Amino acid sequence: MTGMTGMTDVADLWSYLSTTPLIWLTATILAYLAADAAARRLGNPPLANPVLISVLLIAPVLWLTQTTYATYFEGAQFIHFLLGPATVALALPLWDNRDTIRQSVTPIISALLVGSVVAAGSAILLASLIGLPAEVILSLAPKSTTAPVALGVSEAVGGIPSLTAVLVILTGIIGAVTVTPLMTLLRIHDWRARGFAVGVAAHGIGTARAFQVNPIAGAYAGIGMALNALLTSLIVPVLVPWLM
Amino acid sequence: MVRGAQLPVPGPVLGLAMLVLAFRLWPTLAERFRPTVGVILANLSLMFIPAGVGVIGNLEVLSNDWLALLVILVLSTVLAMLAAVGTFIAVRRLTERRPT
Repeated sequence: MTGMTGMTDVADLWSYLSTTPLIWLTATILAYLAADAAARRLGNPPLANPVLISVLLIAPVLWLTQTTYATYFEGAQFIHFLLGPATVALALPLWDNRDTIRQSVTPIISALLVGSVVAAGSAILLASLIGLPAEVILSLAPKSTTAPVALGVSEAVGGIPSLTAVLVILTGIIGAVTVTPLMTLLRIHDWRARGFAVGVAAHGIGTARAFQVNPIAGAYAGIGMALNALLTSLIVPVLVPWLM
Repeated sequence: MVRGAQLPVPGPVLGLAMLVLAFRLWPTLAERFRPTVGVILANLSLMFIPAGVGVIGNLEVLSNDWLALLVILVLSTVLAMLAAVGTFIAVRRLTERRPT
């Protein structure tokens, strides 16, 4: 492909590797390892989000090598499809914290209903007010729920699934970056409430952030994410005709 | 399974519920899952990267409306967190007897 003259070995290697999807699988893992190591070394500050850093590392490489997203995804899909099993894996922190969760069932259900409606409803309302195209609003509506569920919801209501994927990831990064300063500013020290809120608003990326900060917050974020995946798939089809 | 039964529940969420149920029926199962689950959850961020890189496939839509979308996402996400955290704490104070 783009090997320089005089570097035939490298060029040969590249032309071989670039035809196999595995190079983008490897690149994704390497970018993640670098981003995660950098974030850890800095003490996991909110802005050093591993997903954000990894995307910023990979996107320019794809652009420079003129690789399409479809080609990239052929390799990266093996990682993408782990999102489903990862959601199932949240069963363990839920099980471990079953006693504390049982004590706070009422706050959990109340916060889920309010948080989930505000997450989807405010996005639909704001986007309608600004006057964004209908298919963009529909792609935006399930933004706070985890990627595999959001894509299904987006498709069901007439959005663009690939756009939804990007908006979901951005939402996760925004939630993960803002949650710690926001909660500290408001002097909210209840790890259960903090974790649950970020799980409802910012799904798995928010949950990953919560696990970085505190294990109880992580478990509650996992509950918020799982319950909101369920509720979003039920309420978005109802909210859309009502708010748009 | 979800597709077959036409349930409104997303597949991964149903899987999660079934695994919790399995832990309840066979509590020793949790210990066997622990090492694997630990690795998965410690690296949860990795699994979102492929979808995030999808930004390059949507540059056209995003370049038209990127500022509006960014403002909406920030506002809506912060509002959702405030609504959830506020409700959680208010309801907890109403329902829990011990003072905090």
